[in-house]
Amino acid sequence: MLLVVWFVVSYGFGIIAVEPLDTVTVPGTGFPLGFWFAQQGAIYVFVALIFVYVFLMNRLDREFDLREEDDV
Amino acid sequence: MSVQSWTFLLVAASFTLYIGIAVWSRATSTKDFYVAGTGVSPLANGMATAADWMSAASFISMAGLISFMGYDGAVYLMGWTGGYVLLALLLAPYLRKFGAFTVPDFVGDRYYSQTARIVAVVCAIFVSFTYVSGQMRGVGVVFSRFLEVDVNVGVYIGMAIVFFYAVLGGMKGITYTQVAQYCVLIFAYLVPAIFLSLLITGNPVPQLGFGDVDQASGISLLERLNGLHQELGFSEYTSGTKSRLDVFFITAALMVGTAGLPHVIIRFYTVPRVRDARLSVGWALVFIALLYTTAPAVAVFARTNLINSVSEVPYAQVPEWFTTWEGTGLLSFEDLNGDGRIQFVGPDASTANELTVDNDIIVLANPEIAGLPNWVIGLVAAGGLAAALSTAAGLLLVVSSAVSHDLLKRSIMPEITERGELIAARISAGAAVLVAGYLGINPPGFVAQVVAFAFGLAAASFFPVIILGIFSKRTTREGAILGMVAGITLTAAYIAYFTLIHPELNNADNWWFGISPQGIGTVGMLLNFAITLTVSRFTPEPPPEVQQLVEMIRVPKGAGAAHEIST
Repeated sequence: MLLVVWFVVSYGFGIIAVEPLDTVTVPGTGFPLGFWFAQQGAIYVFVALIFVYVFLMNRLDREFDLREEDDV
Repeated sequence: MSVQSWTFLLVAASFTLYIGIAVWSRATSTKDFYVAGTGVSPLANGMATAADWMSAASFISMAGLISFMGYDGAVYLMGWTGGYVLLALLLAPYLRKFGAFTVPDFVGDRYYSQTARIVAVVCAIFVSFTYVSGQMRGVGVVFSRFLEVDVNVGVYIGMAIVFFYAVLGGMKGITYTQVAQYCVLIFAYLVPAIFLSLLITGNPVPQLGFGDVDQASGISLLERLNGLHQELGFSEYTSGTKSRLDVFFITAALMVGTAGLPHVIIRFYTVPRVRDARLSVGWALVFIALLYTTAPAVAVFARTNLINSVSEVPYAQVPEWFTTWEGTGLLSFEDLNGDGRIQFVGPDASTANELTVDNDIIVLANPEIAGLPNWVIGLVAAGGLAAALSTAAGLLLVVSSAVSHDLLKRSIMPEITERGELIAARISAGAAVLVAGYLGINPPGFVAQVVAFAFGLAAASFFPVIILGIFSKRTTREGAILGMVAGITLTAAYIAYFTLIHPELNNADNWWFGISPQGIGTVGMLLNFAITLTVSRFTPEPPPEVQQLVEMIRVPKGAGAAHEIST
């Protein structure tokens, strides 16, 4: 599921759909939207994705009562 | 103080710091040497991973490349960050759970085969040396310009420093040194970027600044740069020139390569728990993103400044930085039409281009072009060295552990003592330093270019066998071995054909489907996947204990299934 977001944002917005998105400018700045996704937005989304994943997995660990104190 | 004394001062101070840390945290056991005693906190590990990861290619070369490529530069930005998502979701926690020291260790145990282990060792060494040679060129460039010593002497100094702390400290020394190196390099990157952003747009945040209004002309900076590009016959900055397919393949090769690079994967063995492995990937990407979102801004500022300060300027009146960089051979001017002025123009212009600028000097020359204070210029030199040395050290460690652990301990002489293994690890690290030094003196290409090849090779060799090793119980040793060999051979052959054997044919007309050698790793990876899967169907199933092992990796600990929520 998170990988779908990853794919859509980087390959979708940043590469495949860059031309239509470039016709729109990010409000308040001079960035064409597709260019912005490819050079800035995608990176922010990547960071957010990993933290969402960490949060989901930690919650899952708690639900199943997996507390690894001194694992391995 | 002059630029040179500032550089000496800052470089010497940072080197003293690294050596101090190495002495304080030297390794006493093989566990310390390979994985820092598995006692590193996720935050520190994230920072160390970021420094390990961000090499001379990220620090010195990338903004320069983006600055020349415009939109196309996004392949590096997305490619070198997006891989961390794959790493966090698909690899790091599982490999940590598996608990091996090295990637070949994982491959050897998962595929119950010495041959698989040795193929993996060879791939790891091959990828690492390709990558290291890129770093050493970076060290050479910095030394030759700022300390005004011979490039070769610069490489020797760099090697001596890396040798000292990698051989003494092992992973433990490297990890804590890298934390310090991260701080040096990010500070050195952000300071000039903030200065430039303030100078050009008045906005102190570079990430916002390059989309802001240019103070000199009153229109948006990107619009102004697009205008300048059109005037001079370059293609528009914010749209690309590469084919969409090629952009797609290069990005994919870099992303998957990130997730398959042995020196990055090994980092996630250094934290105490599986949970920490996940978190440290997150921190690593935060620290990396800080530089990666600044880079495109630096690229735009540098491009604008470069055009403004050289275009149509009489050669007799060039600024001082122009002359000093000419001395290194990385910048050259040839007065083709004999008018005494510099014509810096693109392929669509009516006149011929007279200025050749090496991508690798943009970041280093940037503060000088913009006329920033001398200490900023010295700081950038120290930062570039921190980036190159931290990565080189991490890679040398992979080579040394591949030799001493995977080759000696696990294959050739299993009865070797802990002490003997540690000595072997140090000797092989020393030998690796010498080979890297040789490659640094005879570099095969541009920093970022060489590094991009290393990613392609990693993508084509490791990524498929690790992924299938974790997620498919049915994958057999025969499949994995043939897959790795086929993937890396195809990729290496394609790269060698176009860069070493027939460099004159290296253009889109001769490439397969317009895929450049930098993007071929993706094709190699797909081939590897296809072969591994097909061969696994027709060979005997893996033994039951291996199948159990695979089940075990997928559960964080003993109980509870439902681990597949996000895939």
